[in-house]
Amino acid sequence: MRAERIRTVLGHVVLMIGVLISIFPFYWMIVIASNTSGDMFKYPPKLLPGGDLLVNMHHVLQNIDFWGSFGFTIATAAVATVLVLFFDSLAAFAFAKYDFPGKKVLFTILLATFMIPAQLSLVPSFVTLSWFGWVGSMKALVIPGAANAFGIFWMRQYASGAVPDELIQASKVDGAGFFRQYWTVGLPVLRPGLAFLGIFTFIGVWNDYLWPLIVLTDPGKVTLQVALQQLNTVVGATDYSMVMAGALMSVIPLVGIFLIGARQFIADIAAGAMKF
Amino acid sequence: MSSLQSVRDRRSAARAQADGSVKPSGLKRFGPMYAAVSPFYILFAVFGIFPVGFSIFLSFQSWDGIGKMKSVGWENYKYLLTDPQFWQSIVNTLEIWVMATVPMLFLALVVAYALHTAVRFKSFYRMAYFVPNVTSMVAMAIVFGSIFSGNFGILNDLLKSIGAGQVQWLTDPWGIKVAIAALSTWRWVGYNAIIYLAGLQAISQDVYEAAKMDGANARQTFFRITIPLMRPIILFTVITSTIGGLQLFTESQVLVGDSGGTGQSGETIVVYLWQHAFVQNQFGYGGAIGWALFILIVLFSIINWRFLRERNDDLGRKGRRLRRNSRAS
Repeated sequence: MRAERIRTVLGHVVLMIGVLISIFPFYWMIVIASNTSGDMFKYPPKLLPGGDLLVNMHHVLQNIDFWGSFGFTIATAAVATVLVLFFDSLAAFAFAKYDFPGKKVLFTILLATFMIPAQLSLVPSFVTLSWFGWVGSMKALVIPGAANAFGIFWMRQYASGAVPDELIQASKVDGAGFFRQYWTVGLPVLRPGLAFLGIFTFIGVWNDYLWPLIVLTDPGKVTLQVALQQLNTVVGATDYSMVMAGALMSVIPLVGIFLIGARQFIADIAAGAMKF
Repeated sequence: MSSLQSVRDRRSAARAQADGSVKPSGLKRFGPMYAAVSPFYILFAVFGIFPVGFSIFLSFQSWDGIGKMKSVGWENYKYLLTDPQFWQSIVNTLEIWVMATVPMLFLALVVAYALHTAVRFKSFYRMAYFVPNVTSMVAMAIVFGSIFSGNFGILNDLLKSIGAGQVQWLTDPWGIKVAIAALSTWRWVGYNAIIYLAGLQAISQDVYEAAKMDGANARQTFFRITIPLMRPIILFTVITSTIGGLQLFTESQVLVGDSGGTGQSGETIVVYLWQHAFVQNQFGYGGAIGWALFILIVLFSIINWRFLRERNDDLGRKGRRLRRNSRAS
């Protein structure tokens, strides 16, 4: 019993050390963002948050169009999420619940596309988008990924278990066509799955960096990630506290969204891996 | 499976006829399903297949994206294979991948094991470990840049306070790799731990009871039962972190810039691609680099799948037997 107890305490000690390491960079971001850049060069360093956060945030707003990028990022992530949820769940519903000629082949093709790394077509995709005249606009960020293999695969797994065949049958008997069945039977039942895919997509788009960096050629209209890196490279060397305040401002909304849905989201991530 | 499917088909067809409705055939019947799945294939054709084909053509051209294309034959590939920096970027990527993945998966296993035995604060721990994974890479790379800074970094302050020497992390070739690897480890330990935890929880308690009755000690239990049963999960994490590791970009680009810092020692393959294709506007050459990256990823995928099959034949069988037994009991 005593040995058991020691092991439990030891387990918590290990876990707490891990938590501290996990959290420390966030804490440190707040410390630097709330002190002056001059404080950073002192030794011993300041280890506690100071009172300069608002000043630093104000400098961020003076140096980059923070609210512009913020709005653009939210709009992009929201549009991308809605498109992904609609197209992925619609395709997943068809794959999971209906039979049609060529279904197996189509699904195998879908899975095979997982193997193609996005970087292979980075250059030609950019060229293609510039032919369309989409470079520099939101279309370049949301349309190529509007229906994606991961989401369809994940939703299909979810739909085949969650949507009862009887409900679809009943709806058919009532004379509903495929799209009506999707809308009235599929969507309501798929809601928890959509919640996961929605958070996953929103976070992914919000954090995406390489692709926006390439296609958003107009420096005045960029996502938050790209704006943050502009801030970092252009004025970062002189005012580190300001850059850190910018980093903090870009992280807060996302952490907020994550914390709201965290419990279910984490469970879904783990469940996805178990299906592998 | 397929016979079951056809029985179900026949049944539903019979039911449809019993309803008195005429069975529509062909496009009219299946049209809506094709319409439902088509967006993916259309987008894939336009933004997947076409660019891939186009990149073959592009890789034989010299083009800056604005002027006229000039056919150069195999020149891009010749240059690629003889550019020492290209090979260096592959070596860098693999070194950083090993430096990040080994501690990452090991720590994840430790955390998962501790989480599995912990009874209290479980959901707090889970959240705290997972939060690094959802925060923006750029912001956290900036934070790590300040932690590892040679002049004012808290890490060097810490070393100073215990009387150790200072390291110029972000200007030293190995220091750069350590910083990039540390950032990526920090970001992914929690994610992998959550997945391992799910794997641990899926193992039936009966298996452990049986092992205990057979007189197995904790070590034997861990290596003979836990690890073999976790094999598929561990493989999943190895495969995902391999693919992620080969595509490493943001960490390096934000920490040390467009060309990998001192001695280009932080330049990964994708940074190399970015640098040549989009900083120097060598689009044709960028196409060729894309293909090199593709071959590399295929190569690693084959190695991974080989590994998977071997394990399935060998240890996987043991695992399955154990699982079956645990289910039967």
